[in-house]
Amino acid sequence: MAQVSTALEIDVRSKVFPAVAKRGENCVLQNINLQIAPKSFVVLTGPSGCGKSTLLNIVAGLDEDFDGSIRFQSPDARRGYIFQSPRLLPWRTIEENILLALPDGDPRRANVSAMLDRVGLTEAANAYPERVSLGMQRRASLARGFILEPDILLMDEPFVSLDDPTAQDLRKLLIDLYSRRPTTILFVTHDRAEAVMLATRILRMDCGSASIVQDEAVRLGPEDRSDRSKVQAEQARIFSDQ
Amino acid sequence: MVEFLTSKRAFWSFGSLFVLLLFWHLCAEIFQHRHLPTPVAVFDTFLREVRSGNLLYHVWVTLLRVAVSFIVAMFIGSAIGLVMGRLPNVDRFFDSWLIFFLNLPALVIIVLCYVWFGLTEVAAIIAVAINKIPNVAVTVREGARSLSRDLSEMAMVYNFGWAKTLRHVTLPQMAPFFAAAARSGLSLVWKIVLVVELLGRSNGVGFQIHTAFTTFDVPMILAYAIAFIVVVQLIEISLLQPIEARVNRWRR
Repeated sequence: MAQVSTALEIDVRSKVFPAVAKRGENCVLQNINLQIAPKSFVVLTGPSGCGKSTLLNIVAGLDEDFDGSIRFQSPDARRGYIFQSPRLLPWRTIEENILLALPDGDPRRANVSAMLDRVGLTEAANAYPERVSLGMQRRASLARGFILEPDILLMDEPFVSLDDPTAQDLRKLLIDLYSRRPTTILFVTHDRAEAVMLATRILRMDCGSASIVQDEAVRLGPEDRSDRSKVQAEQARIFSDQ
Repeated sequence: MVEFLTSKRAFWSFGSLFVLLLFWHLCAEIFQHRHLPTPVAVFDTFLREVRSGNLLYHVWVTLLRVAVSFIVAMFIGSAIGLVMGRLPNVDRFFDSWLIFFLNLPALVIIVLCYVWFGLTEVAAIIAVAINKIPNVAVTVREGARSLSRDLSEMAMVYNFGWAKTLRHVTLPQMAPFFAAAARSGLSLVWKIVLVVELLGRSNGVGFQIHTAFTTFDVPMILAYAIAFIVVVQLIEISLLQPIEARVNRWRR
């Protein structure tokens, strides 16, 4: 097999939402052409409503109504998606929800107790999602994404509406899960500090152009990411225009 | 069941039923009419019918008809409701049919079934089922319309496939609607079964009530009616309520 250096190639020439009421057609994305390197942690950032989630849904295969193409390194690439709301099945326990990401009889099902332990949900394994906190539901959602050992993991603002310490704990958990089993991640957020702390590469989107306006590699080593001042300095460098 | 019998709710239910019996007894004593028997007289008739074996036989026959037509109506009505709830074009087309059948009087359906299919068991079951199907379809359609898009997207991304999606995503969301259809269904179906029996069957509670009517035997009518109410309530408490509690156990 030939060596391919991109895990994912995104080519969206245009994505248009149909006209709503009296407003005309609404172009949300155009001329987006990206090569995503294997095992890179790419953060997509920009103001709300600029089409970040739309792009993620296109990559996930949930939105096929666009002009362009999405190519994966291997055609049967496993995709995981960690949504903005946890989207757990309320009538299944935490453990069942995590296991449902895997097909019946999959050998990775044996990893579930280790995974529950890693995300700190061993005690809550048999609880129903609506009976635990939002932070715990988010942990379950992370576990469901990672147990699949996806080739590409999509994340749509998975830590919004949490208090700061809880969000910070979950970011550390994400870094831990990622470093144990690196995979290609496409992560959407409008939180710049979060973007710099997590990313190896930052893509900035902007409402006016409906496209990528800045593509920047993050110059931080693994140990620099827990150093607040280094993260702030890097954030100032990348977002220097504002 | 045991839990229910010792609960506070049971105390209130039985207490109020006792007051109703007392009221009935007083009315019967005051009016002293042979068409208004006392509860004691009705109970005597009930015991006589139980001893002769008549009551158990007719109640059993009626229960079988209720069960078969209930199951048929639930299956067909749910299938129609699911399809109409998911496919807007089918819904638009068949909506007026549904309204037609919802408003068609039960008696007309029963009479027409007997005319077209003869005075047979199959005609009786079809008549009851047709009466119930539109109600089930309307309730289930409401559920199918309100299915969560978020969860179906999740199922799609994680490659659930149709069987897994149906079992873990769709049916649990539909459960409250099935339960509502089943509950209103049971009480509707058994009332219609009695009419069907009265008009064209030679056994069952409806037939017995018809026979009693020809001789104005009110104690007999009440004995059969009350016996059947008790049976239906027992089914409700021992079967439908536990199923409902089980499918709702995840709720906060």
